[in-house]
Amino acid sequence: MSVMKRVSLIFRAKADKALDRMEDPRETLDYSYKQQVEMLTRVRRGVADVATSRKRVELQMTSLQKEITKRTNQAKTALEQGREDLARAALQARGQLETQYDDLQTQYTQLQEQEEKLTLASQRLDAKVQAFRTRKETIKATYTAAEAQTRINEAFSGISEDMGDVGLAIQRAEDKTAQMQARAGAIDELLASGALEDHVGGGADYIQAELDKLGATAGVDDQLEAMKREIANSAPKQLEANANGDGGGSASAAGTPAAQQPQAGDGL
Amino acid sequence: MIVRVLGEGQFRVDDDTAAKLTVLDKDLDAAVHADDEAAFKLALGAAVQLVRAAGQEVGAEEFVTADYILPFSDATVAEVRKLLADGTIHGDSLGLP
Repeated sequence: MSVMKRVSLIFRAKADKALDRMEDPRETLDYSYKQQVEMLTRVRRGVADVATSRKRVELQMTSLQKEITKRTNQAKTALEQGREDLARAALQARGQLETQYDDLQTQYTQLQEQEEKLTLASQRLDAKVQAFRTRKETIKATYTAAEAQTRINEAFSGISEDMGDVGLAIQRAEDKTAQMQARAGAIDELLASGALEDHVGGGADYIQAELDKLGATAGVDDQLEAMKREIANSAPKQLEANANGDGGGSASAAGTPAAQQPQAGDGL
Repeated sequence: MIVRVLGEGQFRVDDDTAAKLTVLDKDLDAAVHADDEAAFKLALGAAVQLVRAAGQEVGAEEFVTADYILPFSDATVAEVRKLLADGTIHGDSLGLP
């Protein structure tokens, strides 16, 4: 038998089984209505859960974007300082972050779709439940028990299909959200512990540490130069010659901060 | 004929569309049997598009059961197999007694 037919029979069998169990047809209406209202609450909660998940992914994307910007800036600074090795490492780290970001982007789109679908499902069920409530009262008021049976069966089976449909949709959304939450939790942990940084940077952000060192050294160099200029301007010519000699030494050692430090001390 | 697309509601389709759906349904069945995800995706996509385009949405105030039910538009073979295999509708614990 065909797929579409078999699926429809599964839904119908479920409704038929439920109808068989009901002794008083009118009770069926009230019972079903109660279930429908509960299902509405459930689908609305489902929509809210998916939205929460989506927002969490959104926050993570913002965090990752910050990291990506940081790595870009590090690469630029490193290149300015003539440290191509550090620039390369920063770009490699950025590449890995970008992969994570793209992955989150995909998840985000999927969650958005789920949210939209579930919202629509919730609206459709809402309209159906309102219609059922009206129908239920009409059936109770207008028909004799025998006449009512057929109409009750129709209404019950009809809405049962909707309930099954929405139930499946909620289940899918819940599964999806659970999967995403597990992954999001892992990324949150990584971001919080700085492990992501460590992992992609190949150390406790050694790129930044190196750059900070370079930055500090450059700062000292600048101050030295400024002081020397001051002294040169205010003092006689012998000092000026001396300062020029030191300035040359400092510039040649710019790439090796360790070697430069004692030299700077000598100059002072 | 009434066709439901899971997650999208019920649609009323004419005989011509129903005939086209029957052909696609055979493809769906073959794909599920062969565990052919690509073929399944193709047939399901075509069937859902057809129902959306040619079908007339059934209003909320109408209580009818569908003759055909199509899986969710992004369903997988595994998902459909599961539904067909255990014949129960998961996540519907509240829906029916």
